[in-house]
Amino acid sequence: MNKYSECLFNGIIKENPTFVMMLGMCPTLAVTTSANNGLGMGLATASVLVLSNFLISLLRRIIPDKVRIPAFIVIVASFVTMIQLLIQAYLPALNASLGIYIPLIVVNCIILGRAEAYAYKNAPLLSVFDGLGMGLGFTIALTILGACRELIGAGTIFDKAIPFLSHYEPMTIMIMAPGAFFMLAMLTALQNKFKAPSATNTGSSKASLACNGNCASCIGSECKENRMTIETAREEKETAEKEKKAKEAQISAKTKQEGSEQ
Amino acid sequence: MKEMFVILIGSALVNNVVLSQFLGLCPFIGVSKKTETAAGMGAAVVFVMAIASTAASVIYTFILDPLNLEYLQTIVFILVIAALVQLVEMILKKKLKSLYNALGVYLPLITTNCAVLGVALTSVQKNYNIPQSILNGIGTALGFMVAIIIMAGIRERIEHNNVTKSFQGSPMVLLTAGLMAIAFIGFSGLL
Repeated sequence: MNKYSECLFNGIIKENPTFVMMLGMCPTLAVTTSANNGLGMGLATASVLVLSNFLISLLRRIIPDKVRIPAFIVIVASFVTMIQLLIQAYLPALNASLGIYIPLIVVNCIILGRAEAYAYKNAPLLSVFDGLGMGLGFTIALTILGACRELIGAGTIFDKAIPFLSHYEPMTIMIMAPGAFFMLAMLTALQNKFKAPSATNTGSSKASLACNGNCASCIGSECKENRMTIETAREEKETAEKEKKAKEAQISAKTKQEGSEQ
Repeated sequence: MKEMFVILIGSALVNNVVLSQFLGLCPFIGVSKKTETAAGMGAAVVFVMAIASTAASVIYTFILDPLNLEYLQTIVFILVIAALVQLVEMILKKKLKSLYNALGVYLPLITTNCAVLGVALTSVQKNYNIPQSILNGIGTALGFMVAIIIMAGIRERIEHNNVTKSFQGSPMVLLTAGLMAIAFIGFSGLL
């Protein structure tokens, strides 16, 4: 697998920002009332992420280290404004349903987190692919969550009625505010149950859903910590597996030896 | 007067910033383990939000609106709010030691919180004038404070309960938040 496809795979599956890293929860909960909203928000965030990763990576040798975070914020905010104006002009319905959450893409952990963790240290093309992977991962996650909530809460998917669900009485609570909390609670509980890789269930008490309150400058703090907890957990698992394999190999070698001696 | 009251109640209870708008979810979950810290965080948010929404609405009314630069609001608001909170932190540290000791730890946490930016943007979106925006900021922050203190109280109780293994930790917190959100839906009958 080459570097570029690895970037995509990493963002969509291995380090999926929503399901694995548990980042950017405010927009995730707020806009997933329907599959359409989730998809729209995901694509808007993804395009901002790709553009800002590209520009930050181009400017990475020019931006002084001390003022990098304000610089990132200005770059991200400019792209967010551009995307917002485009959505206002061409997709007025989406603009009405997402409302204030479009300008709030600026303080999305994922964008500033990727700028700091990846784009500031890597070449432009790689950063674009990283942004694309992370953005698509976020889009897919939001669409899935939105579709689940829409299916349970309204009995439709992408505003289309499902034929064999015509007698289904929708649970409207799922597309209202509390439904978002319930859905995320179920998701994290399932992750705990099946021990899926996720920042909230690696056993360390430090890992939390949130960046401890600092949405934008969670750069360096919880975002990184969430990442670290996942990585250490993965490493532990790998070393444990290696040890197990080594032991098994030893045992089988022993039995072979004994067999040949006999 | 009546209109002011409606804004205050509306922003604090009916459209609660955490439980119905999902802004400021990070401190709500991250800093709600103990009632005292939750109260401190709530007070810091009230302080910052009042200052930030004042600054944002003054800048919008006197600079951005007359010059037709409304499209710059996102960039200007986030930079102004971040700089302002840093400045306030420095001033408190120098001049008001006692207030700094009470709120200081929480101030850097909310420099660029989505709730603070969200309040400034909502005020502009709803065409509030300066006093209305300030009131909207204070109301939202009070709503946050109420929500985080209740949450901390419930979490302290949950600590001693026997929760199913898969639901320990964040799933339980989120379920609690969902139940609180249902309760807060009841306030929508107020207006």
